[in-house]
Amino acid sequence: MSVTDRIEQLEREAQAAAAVAASSAEIEELRVRYLGRKAELPNLLREVAQLPADQRSAVGSAANRARRAIDSLLDQRAGELAVSELDARLQAERVDVTLPGDPLPAIGRLHLITQTRREIEDVFIGLGFNVAEGPEIETVSYNFDALNHDAQHPARAWSDTFYISDEVLLRTHTSPMQIRAMELSPPPVYLIVPGRVYRRDSDLTHTPQFHQVEGLAVDEDITLADLKGTLLAFARAIFGPEREIRLRPHFFPFTEPSVEVDVSCFNCSGGVVAGGERCGICKGTGWLEILGSGMVDPNVLAYVAGNGYDPERVQGFAFGMGIERIAMLKHGVSDLRLFYDNDIRFLEQFA
Amino acid sequence: MEWLREYCELHMDAHTLAQRLALTGTEVERVEHHGVSELEHFVVGHVLERRKHPDADRLSVCMVDTGGSTPAQIICGAPNVAAGQTVGVARPGAVMPDGTRLQKAKLRGIVSQGMILSERELQISDEHTGIMVLDQAHAPGTPLADVAPIATEVLVLEITPNRPDCLSIYGVAREVAAATGAQLRPAPWEYDPGSFGVLDGITIVNQAGDELCPRFTARIFDGVRVGPSPLWLKARLMACGQRPISNVVDITNYVMLLTGQPMHAFDRERIAGGRLTVRTAHDGERIQTLDGQQRTLSERAVVIEDGDGPTSIAGVMGGGRSEVSDQTTSILSEAATWNGPNIHATSQALGLRSEASTRFEKGLAREQTLWAQAVATRLFQDLCGATVRPGTLDLGAPPPPPVTIHLRDARIERLLGMSVPRARCRELLQTISFGTADAADGLDVTVPDFRRADVTREADLIEEVSRLAGLESLPATLPARRTAFGRLTAPQRLRRRLEDGLAAHGLHEIVGWSFQAPDVSARLLLDGEPAVELANPMSSEQARMRTGLIASLLDVAARNHARGATRLALFESGAVYLPDSSGVSGVAREPHHLAALVCGAVRAPTWREQHPPQADFFAAKGLLGAVLASAGVPWQLMAGSEHPFLHPGRRATVQVGAAGVGWVGEIHPRVASGWGLSETVAAFEIDLSAIEPPGPHAFADLTSFPAVHEDLAIVVGEHVPASELLAVIDSAGAPLLRSSEVFDVFRDEQRLGADLKSVAVRLSFAAGDRTLTDEEVARQRQLIIAAVDGQLGGRIRDAQ
Repeated sequence: MSVTDRIEQLEREAQAAAAVAASSAEIEELRVRYLGRKAELPNLLREVAQLPADQRSAVGSAANRARRAIDSLLDQRAGELAVSELDARLQAERVDVTLPGDPLPAIGRLHLITQTRREIEDVFIGLGFNVAEGPEIETVSYNFDALNHDAQHPARAWSDTFYISDEVLLRTHTSPMQIRAMELSPPPVYLIVPGRVYRRDSDLTHTPQFHQVEGLAVDEDITLADLKGTLLAFARAIFGPEREIRLRPHFFPFTEPSVEVDVSCFNCSGGVVAGGERCGICKGTGWLEILGSGMVDPNVLAYVAGNGYDPERVQGFAFGMGIERIAMLKHGVSDLRLFYDNDIRFLEQFA
Repeated sequence: MEWLREYCELHMDAHTLAQRLALTGTEVERVEHHGVSELEHFVVGHVLERRKHPDADRLSVCMVDTGGSTPAQIICGAPNVAAGQTVGVARPGAVMPDGTRLQKAKLRGIVSQGMILSERELQISDEHTGIMVLDQAHAPGTPLADVAPIATEVLVLEITPNRPDCLSIYGVAREVAAATGAQLRPAPWEYDPGSFGVLDGITIVNQAGDELCPRFTARIFDGVRVGPSPLWLKARLMACGQRPISNVVDITNYVMLLTGQPMHAFDRERIAGGRLTVRTAHDGERIQTLDGQQRTLSERAVVIEDGDGPTSIAGVMGGGRSEVSDQTTSILSEAATWNGPNIHATSQALGLRSEASTRFEKGLAREQTLWAQAVATRLFQDLCGATVRPGTLDLGAPPPPPVTIHLRDARIERLLGMSVPRARCRELLQTISFGTADAADGLDVTVPDFRRADVTREADLIEEVSRLAGLESLPATLPARRTAFGRLTAPQRLRRRLEDGLAAHGLHEIVGWSFQAPDVSARLLLDGEPAVELANPMSSEQARMRTGLIASLLDVAARNHARGATRLALFESGAVYLPDSSGVSGVAREPHHLAALVCGAVRAPTWREQHPPQADFFAAKGLLGAVLASAGVPWQLMAGSEHPFLHPGRRATVQVGAAGVGWVGEIHPRVASGWGLSETVAAFEIDLSAIEPPGPHAFADLTSFPAVHEDLAIVVGEHVPASELLAVIDSAGAPLLRSSEVFDVFRDEQRLGADLKSVAVRLSFAAGDRTLTDEEVARQRQLIIAAVDGQLGGRIRDAQ
């Protein structure tokens, strides 16, 4: 058989084999068998130089043509088989799409007290206040004396306040930070003080520890009207833009004048809910008491007069509110003790 | 309300009044109804006939004329009921004080068309041994409310401690008049039938001094007839929560309620020696008070004694010995002023609070003693037929002169942010009995004696003006804020960042108690750990202040575990209290800690992963690292820690910079089981106060010249910690080695040898100014391999 006949024979063999190959793996085997390093056709090509001169050209071109033809045929068959194989694989990969998706790692929650504290902080930061914190173990002097409490003020009683010693106690309010803040920096001061406070009380609406936010603004011309405007902005930010507030005269030892502040009930209109029932949240009054406040008493300023707080030159307002109370009102929590029970089912409710 | 109306002309109901008072500074706690309701069913009746009930010995069947055409048949159980009496009758439909509605009823077979009333049934007094017999003059059918005090509204007020003057009906009437514009009638003490000058018949010595007893007044009354008080007086006392006793005692209580000045009536003839001495008690002295109790006094208490010894604790409670009795005919009425703080201390020490001590401890004006004497004198004359002796005993220094305070118009506006015209100020201050005189820039205001303690400064006057002018009209403005701005501090931002990070990784924040039970130290194997102790805890469980957060996390984990929660991932952010005399209180430092606890599966099981890994040391470390890294805090762990409550082989110290700031580890199984937790519990706790918040991060060019990555598997001894290996690698790879991290640990005694492990490390090389060549990286790798060999005896297993 002449060399060129053999080339044609190989090409025919390869064509026949490619036609019956059933997988791309078989195609790759054929590619090795006919076109690989040890295959006959490439060898023929390599040996063309040793042929007599008159045969070289015919054999060389025949072998080259046959090799390209086989190569392209195998490519074509491989492509065809790849399509059908992928189809088959995808069929095999069918899943039950109705099974649950993978859950993302669950997000935890900040405690409702922290959420509420941050919400309050952010409102006052927006109003230009800074946030300060102070010691919870306080001296009687900062907690009561400097805040103008009489020697016989009932809150001083050992039945009402936790004492460490005769001079040291657990602060009963965040107000001692008014003094500490004014001692630290001269006016103007615009501060809120969130933090833990303690009173010897325990029932549905009292726990021996709870949280307050104190506010203090002292400058040359802070007025009671500024207090009203600031707290109105606060009330609207926390309880909704429709809210109004009202100031009721009251008494606190460290403010003069002193007022309690009510916010209009967010659950009803004038104490009556839709349907004519008496509102259970404000007990039908239309108002919710949220905090105590007033103009800083001159005696308190006089205590820090050495640091620029001359009561004739500067004046300001102060307020204090309970974080739990705000949270209970906003979220309808009925029992204060739930805050400290830390049941996960309670914690994870508040997104 | 009925009593209040005697002193001010009020044309509004109790609820409207309560709202007005709330907005002018007198809080009304609630409005109560005292007595009966549905008043049209209460009438005057005339008992026409009384027969014995045929089937009940104690009952009478009465025919009572109640003004209708036919008499009503009423069954009555009172022994004193008799024909001819004028009585109060409740007809069916009447509502009694306890809310029950009267109905026609049969009693032992006989119909009763109503009820003949006793004083107790009407809440006029406690008297219930017989029916209330009225004056014959009242015609049958007259509404009972017209002739007897059977119903009134009662305002229950919350009086702030600066206003003892409002602990009296007339004081409240003054506020009501100012709040409503109603006309205030003259004070009841303006007419005084008594006289002043020397009083014969008693000697009183004040040994306690003017400071403890600033004023002591007394009058003597003869020809006293002790008996029951009239209905109107009894009803008023009852409405105020006081039980009527006898006219003399009732008058002293009535005077206190009306004027705010407590007083006491002695049976003058039973004052031993005709002499009273006011003196401080001897320490440990014992006295029997009116309530029958023996009380032990301290030397700060003041007593009043006669020839036989102490008769009462001044300002707190009288004694039994010289009490007024039915036989009394001559009385000594005493009204004194006591030192407020001292009365407070005495009443606190005795655990004894009375209507009198509540008033005295707030500091009463000395003038009030004579108000009380004036009103009492008139009532002793009118109700007990008494004759007042000439003269008034009056010990003590004269009251201080009235104080005048300058009130500037401009100051009002500057403090309130709202101007109040001077004429309006004058008018408002006068309604609450302040004197005013015009001054160039405002008013000179004279403070009435009963407000002397409370109003001493211009600011106090501005408060009076503002509360009466009405805060409703106050504008709502914002501070001008010329200089300040607000934002969180860097430590506050860091804290939020870390808390948010933990929540984002699935942990729920808890808020635990600052208190801790004393046995917690022992349960954490920290016996003898010092802590701040409370002198007066509410319970022994809350006797100390916590020194760490882990116990409260374990408490909450245990509680939730007991309630069925299996996967626990919790954190707390809060202060701890470490005994330290350098703290601001001189007692403790209060660093802010952050702690987290994980227990159970790290993920919820799903249909694809039925058994997710259980949380362990590396879960806690992973959390800690993730949140610190996200906050930009560089950190590292040192193997081991001092904390005995941790697993000895699985605990480490957290370092930020050179300082140890906390720990991470698995809770010692013995400790965890003490909290009822049998699974692995992993946790960390760090001191945020010890971590310097990172500053702004400096830019590094990581994109212009790509990094080259190489993996090395290094076989080292089992005892070599990964951190040590990485430290050797990092030091040898500098400066081109940018990062190195462990991605696999492989042990195989056959292939590696005993006590050896293969640690696979991913290396990343880069230079900031060029793309590295293969030769540069190869040179650096050789340096690393040489260092690992030289320093740790490690060899390369397989370069990949």
